[in-house]
Amino acid sequence: MMEQIIDIISWIMLTSGGFFVLIGGIGALRLPNFYTRMHAASVTDTMGTFLILGGVILQAGFTLAAIKLLAILAFLLLTSPTASYALASAAILSGLKPETKAMLDEGAKAQ
Amino acid sequence: MIIIFAVFLLTLLVITAIGIVRAENLFVAVMLTSIFSLIMAANFFILDAADVALTEAAIGAGVTTVIFLGALSLTAEREKKVDVSRGLAICVVVATALVLIYATFDKPRLGDPEAPVHQHVAPWYLSETETLIGIPNVVTAVLGSYRAYDTLGEVFVVLAACIGVLFLFSARREKKNDNTLNSLTSPKSIGLQHHFIPRVVGRILLPFIILFGLYVQFHGEYGPGGGFQAGAILATGIILFALLEGEQRALAAIPSRALLWMVAGGAMLYSLVGVVGLLLGGNFLDYSVLSTDPVFGQQIGIILIELGVGITVCGALLSIFHAFAARENY
Repeated sequence: MMEQIIDIISWIMLTSGGFFVLIGGIGALRLPNFYTRMHAASVTDTMGTFLILGGVILQAGFTLAAIKLLAILAFLLLTSPTASYALASAAILSGLKPETKAMLDEGAKAQ
Repeated sequence: MIIIFAVFLLTLLVITAIGIVRAENLFVAVMLTSIFSLIMAANFFILDAADVALTEAAIGAGVTTVIFLGALSLTAEREKKVDVSRGLAICVVVATALVLIYATFDKPRLGDPEAPVHQHVAPWYLSETETLIGIPNVVTAVLGSYRAYDTLGEVFVVLAACIGVLFLFSARREKKNDNTLNSLTSPKSIGLQHHFIPRVVGRILLPFIILFGLYVQFHGEYGPGGGFQAGAILATGIILFALLEGEQRALAAIPSRALLWMVAGGAMLYSLVGVVGLLLGGNFLDYSVLSTDPVFGQQIGIILIELGVGITVCGALLSIFHAFAARENY
């Protein structure tokens, strides 16, 4: 009984993790500009990794593998947002201005 | 299942390679090279070559990317347009590829135990390592002891490469002194200090990277790893420190003179182990004579030469990195 519940939770986590990765991938391809695309990609890094690794940890149970996966999860949760931050700040510094709503509206009017 | 992964990774590898060739922005090409190395490392890993995968990930995806970026900051970001017809080049490439593909038809199936390479000395290594050297990782035994000459040669190749790079880059050393005065505020000396988040995260990660490097160094006899991998991982950690806190602080921690001593000293340590073996009455690089118990002698020898390899690789990579970074002021 307990095993089945853990199995179900883990599969829910794995599936929703896969869903977030998919959404992130679609977003990174389809969204209009750099910052929005980066936002989509960082969904993959945080939510996707958290859910998928969490699901795998539940599958592994109380073993050494689970501790290793936890360490990987901790490092990824530290490094991926940092990488996203570094990317965004590099883009800002190199002069890529985020589009504001006013600019988007003007673009719509011009068309 | 593994074969699906392998085919998937190899397909990605081909796509990345085409991307590298087609990229005109060199920055993009460098990033793709890094991705190529990472895929390659995953590929090595599913082929059960964990030692090679570690090296590829640390050196290919880590250190070389930083060194390429250092080189890019000295040159232009875009590839120079060349209007030469590429017909001949494409013909040569296609012909070579066809010959290589033809050659693969003679290759034994992947992982075939009857393949000649698995029938030659490999069974002897696998069966005798336990009694002769007494360590579980046969790869380390082959690299450190059975094939110690080859590894010595590799270490001296690293040494020679480092000397070559330093020769090329220190050609205009005397100009450097003029720039040191105003370099206190240059990006080179402050690094990413105004970026709060990367600094804090880097500071958290750095001890773990160094610890992992030392683990790979001293655990090489039991798990995947050894001097080459450890040297690369340690160098990556210190390069991360240099990128975050500024090159000056990294140089203050390990001055370039000390790096030169590391490069030469590691290679010297390796050869000294061989010479000591000679003096104790054995052959060059025969570690059995280092102790009264031949098996223990082998283990001492392997640990010492791995230490030499690690010190040389770490010193060489850091020297090359600093050589590139020091040029940016010109």
